[in-house]
Amino acid sequence: MASPIQDSPPELDVIRIRQDFPILHRTVRDKPLVYLDSAATTQKPKPVLDALAHYYAYQNANIHRGVYVLSAEATAAYDDAREKVQHFVNARSSQEVIFTRNSTESINLVAHSFGRENVGPGDEVLITHMEHHANIVPWQLLCERSGARLRVAPINDQGELLMDEFAQCLNARTKLVAIVHLSNSLGTINPVSEVIQLAHQQDVPVLIDGSQAAYHMPIDVQALGCDFYVFTGHKLYGPTGIGVLYGCERLLDSMPPFLGGGDMIRSVTFDKTTYADLPAKFEAGTPHIAGAVGLGAAVDYITEVGFDKISNHEAQLLEYGTAVLSEIPGLQLIGTARNKASILSFVLKGVHPHDIGTIVDMEGVSIRTGHHCTQPLMDRFGIPATARASIAMYNTRQEIDQLVHALHRVREVFPL
Amino acid sequence: MSDLRELYQQVILDHNKHPRNFGELDGADRHADGYNPLCGDRLVLYMNLEGNVITEVSFVGSGCAISKASASLMTDAVKGKTLAEARRLFDEFHSMITNSETQVNLESLGKLAVFAGVRDYPTRIKCASLAWHTLRAVFENSQELASSE
Repeated sequence: MASPIQDSPPELDVIRIRQDFPILHRTVRDKPLVYLDSAATTQKPKPVLDALAHYYAYQNANIHRGVYVLSAEATAAYDDAREKVQHFVNARSSQEVIFTRNSTESINLVAHSFGRENVGPGDEVLITHMEHHANIVPWQLLCERSGARLRVAPINDQGELLMDEFAQCLNARTKLVAIVHLSNSLGTINPVSEVIQLAHQQDVPVLIDGSQAAYHMPIDVQALGCDFYVFTGHKLYGPTGIGVLYGCERLLDSMPPFLGGGDMIRSVTFDKTTYADLPAKFEAGTPHIAGAVGLGAAVDYITEVGFDKISNHEAQLLEYGTAVLSEIPGLQLIGTARNKASILSFVLKGVHPHDIGTIVDMEGVSIRTGHHCTQPLMDRFGIPATARASIAMYNTRQEIDQLVHALHRVREVFPL
Repeated sequence: MSDLRELYQQVILDHNKHPRNFGELDGADRHADGYNPLCGDRLVLYMNLEGNVITEVSFVGSGCAISKASASLMTDAVKGKTLAEARRLFDEFHSMITNSETQVNLESLGKLAVFAGVRDYPTRIKCASLAWHTLRAVFENSQELASSE
C-alpha cells in the first residue's frame, strides 16, 4: 500500500514558474501587478516569447511550395506545431488539427461547413444557458440561414447543467450539440463525457468549446469521443490570433470548405476547383505561422510543468479564494458548482462591478468586470454584470490576499 | 487613497446612493434611451419643455456609481436652463472629462466639476458621459439609442 506522502499530489513551484513570465514583474500604478484575468487571456512565458522572436528572426518565410531552405524550415516549424497540438489533445492524427484564428473562428467554421450540409428547416441545434456569445451567435446565424431552431438546455442556481432537462431537449430533430467544457463566467466544469454519450446514443455529433478548459485540465479528445473540440492559443499561455479546431476525420472529410483561397486547393481552373486534403482544406491563405509556432512552445511549456501540478495548485487557490472572498460582507459568489475550476465570479451588495474593477485596479489588481460575453447567463441570474477573478498556474495565495485587501478598500468607499 | 477619493468624491457617492430626479415623468414632452452595450449601463431620460426652457427632467436606469451620479447631477444642472444653455454645458462637460489640454472653466460647471477626475481613467469616461449623450439625443428628439461607447 502506498504511503500518504506518495499519494499527495505534486506541488507546483510557483516562485520558479513566475520567473518565466516577464510581465508578472512589472508594476501597475506603482504597485506590483496582481494579474487575475487569465480567463480573458493568460500571460506568456519566456519560451513562448522566445519562440515567436526566434521564428521571425531566423526562420520567417511563407510556408508550402517554397523550394528554398527557409521556406522548408518554416513549413517544418508549422507542421511541427500541429503535431504538438495533436499530442496535446490526443488526436488520432495531425490532419484532425485545423489552425484557425481563435475559438470563435473554429465554431464559425463548423457552423458554416457542417451546418450547410447537415442542418435544415425544422432541425435543431442544442446549446446550454451558460454559453459564451461565441457559442451562441454562430448557431443563431446558422438557424437564421437554414430555418433551424436553437434550443437552450437550462441550468440550476449553482450554475450546473440540468442533465435530465438536457436529455429531454435531445430529439430526432437535433443535428448538433454545442456545449462549453468550462464556463468562463461561472467556472462550472460540465459533465461533457455524459453529454457526449447521451448525444451519441441519438447519433448527434457534439462540439465542445474548450477555450477555458484547455489551460486548466488535460484534454483527450479520443477518451471524450467528441466530434469537434475548439480552443484558442492566447488562453493557453500562447499568442493571440491562433486557435484550434479539432474535428474527427470522418466529419471534417465530409464537410465543404469554409474559406476559399490559396493553400486550400488541389487545382484551380475557371470551370472547376478541387480542394486539398485535410488539414489544408480548411486553412485558406497564409496562416499565422509564428502564432502556431508560439502555440507549439506553449503546449511544450504546459506539458513540461504538468497538468497534475497545475490542477493541484489551482484547486488549492480556488479553495482558499472561495473561503476568503466569502468572508467579505455583502459578497455573493456567482457560480458555485460542485465541479468547478479556478474562476471566482462575484457581486458585491451596493457596488456595481465596474466600480469594483476600478478600485481594485488602483491597488494593482487586474480583474474583469462585465457580462463576460455571457449576457443570457447574466439575465438568468438577474444581474447586469459580475466581477471575476480568474486564477492560472502563476498566481499565488498572496495575490488572493491582495485582492481581498483591495475589496476591503471597495467597502470603505461603498459602505454597506 | 488620494487617487481613489479624487474619482469617487463624496458628492458622487451621495448622488449614486440617493439619485436626484430619479423616476419616470408621465406624459413627458420628450424622452430618449441611452445604452452602453459593452458595460451594460442603461438609462432613459425624460424632459418637459416650456418654449426653450427645460422645466422638468428625470431619469431611470441602472449602472455604475459614476454613470448614475452623472445622470443625477446632470438633471439637477440642466433643470431651468434653456436648450442652448444646456447644450453649452454639454460641450463644457465633455471637454472637461475628455481633454486634459483645454482649460475648462470649472466654476461655470458648478457641482459637475466633481467629474474632472474621470479623465484620468479612460475606461470610465463613457460611464460619466452616457447621460450627457442621452441628453443630446433628447435635444435632437432622436429615436435612436444613444451611446457613449
